[in-house]
Amino acid sequence: MLASIPQSKLLRFAYNAYVVLFFVYLAAPLVVVAIFAFNDSLFPSLPWRGFTLDWFFNPTEPKLGLFYDSRIMAGFANSLIVAVFTTLLSLLVGTTTAFLFERHDFRFKELCYILMLLPLVIPGVILGISILVFSSTIANGVQTATGIELSSLRPGLFLVVLGQFSFIATIATLVIAARLRKFDRSIEEAALDLGASPAAVLCTITLPYLRPALIGSGIVAFLISFENFNTTLMLNGSDAPLTITMFARMREGSTPVLNAVSLFLMIGSGLLGLFGVVVQRDRGTA
Amino acid sequence: MRHSHGRWAFWLLLAPFLLWMLLLIVIPHIDLLILSLREKIVPRVYQTGLGNYAEFFGEPVYVWTLVRTVVMSLLATVLTFIVGFPVAYYIAKIARGRTRTSLFLLCLVPFWVSEIVRVFGWMMLLRETGLISSFLQWAGIVSGPVELLYNDAAVMLGLVYTSMLFMIVPLVSTIDSLDDSLIEAGYDLGGNGFTVMRAIVIPYAMPGVMAGSIIVFMLSLGNYLTPTLMGGKSGQWFTANIYSQFITRFNWELGSAFGFVLLATSSIIVWLVLRLSGQSLSGTLGRG
Repeated sequence: MLASIPQSKLLRFAYNAYVVLFFVYLAAPLVVVAIFAFNDSLFPSLPWRGFTLDWFFNPTEPKLGLFYDSRIMAGFANSLIVAVFTTLLSLLVGTTTAFLFERHDFRFKELCYILMLLPLVIPGVILGISILVFSSTIANGVQTATGIELSSLRPGLFLVVLGQFSFIATIATLVIAARLRKFDRSIEEAALDLGASPAAVLCTITLPYLRPALIGSGIVAFLISFENFNTTLMLNGSDAPLTITMFARMREGSTPVLNAVSLFLMIGSGLLGLFGVVVQRDRGTA
Repeated sequence: MRHSHGRWAFWLLLAPFLLWMLLLIVIPHIDLLILSLREKIVPRVYQTGLGNYAEFFGEPVYVWTLVRTVVMSLLATVLTFIVGFPVAYYIAKIARGRTRTSLFLLCLVPFWVSEIVRVFGWMMLLRETGLISSFLQWAGIVSGPVELLYNDAAVMLGLVYTSMLFMIVPLVSTIDSLDDSLIEAGYDLGGNGFTVMRAIVIPYAMPGVMAGSIIVFMLSLGNYLTPTLMGGKSGQWFTANIYSQFITRFNWELGSAFGFVLLATSSIIVWLVLRLSGQSLSGTLGRG
């Protein structure tokens, strides 16, 4: 089927209707969550009891608003810390690894490349438990040998960062390597011939060229980290990131404050995502 | 001069990669394997053996949960393909210009939001006091509240929803690169819509189909949130078994064995699918 090929009206109508239905399916849960963030009721469900902003701004129980809910705000702060560190680490290692695979030939390169892709096909829960087991082995070993307790190797934010980094770095590597592959190396050579040092070439030519990919994969890394659940679930300690806090709330049964958090996240990640799309669009021209 | 500089740069680039791979992927998995081979005899006394694996295979509930998880993940993959393919084709070949870009963006938007928010949305729609139940009562189709949540169909709906993006994006990019004239030729040679799809479009899009299917399958198999929040009490997901051994029962040895069983199962299935379709892992995932 193509736009240029005549089709029966009924078939064309059915196809369009299907696509419309599909987008209703995609939007429905998000729209519902967003609308009920403004419902003046103690439960996130019908009936509609009127419009309120309490779930954002009310400072007292029982209608404690999102900005006054200390557990949620703490979760938010934890997620933010984790996402920032995971993103920076992933970009750094993603860039060096992209250079490694695009610019160097070495023995076992094929094998290393497959190894690099593996974190994407290992379930997140398994990545989590393997890092949990290994870090405990080290921490226990150190404790028996020296008596020092390495608390950062026990479940907590540090392990969450490592766990998320272990697979987000692969995504960063793939995005950055794809851009690096299209780079015309004669530009670098010209600069070197004109007397620029390799470091100057890297900073004034190659890295600026990679900028759209760095920003794009940085945004993706940040969003994936912020919304990660599986790996985080196995590695988090007493200070839980937001997704874990929300999960616990959801099982307890919650007030519409969860809707307010969700709407807040939707707006935040939507803005970041849009920014990413705009940056990606410059790719061709930069 | 430049050559020695190159060696130095090479080691500088290799070091972070090796640290990442060895410390976070290779050694932790070896450690996990070693732990899974450790049998507890009495507290604090261990011996090496396959006891934990024997416990897994000896307990029908564990095996049944794994089989159920695999079968449902495969079903979710097929359903995601069936639901997503017409939309991907529409975006790649029918929509033009602005519509096309905005439809593609609309497909991405739900996935910028956390999975937990998406699941929450479905819970609000499907549960007994939810919107669909209320609507059905209002419309007089049912007389009392209906519980649409906490069953396998709800889990399936959630899994398909949550994986959709990973099917649509690779499909759109492969179908998009198919030359329109090939489709027109198919029609000129007397094919109908169905035969053109089957004989031209789908074979051409196979790398995209495989890339999407593998990711969707892996995501479904390793999912924890959707089955836990949307599924019934009887329909446990295998990852929930791993979680309860590690966190609730504190039996890490058995939990590690479960982890390896899941890893082996998923690897074998992905390998088989790649083999049967003649694709490679770096070909499907590494296209960048």
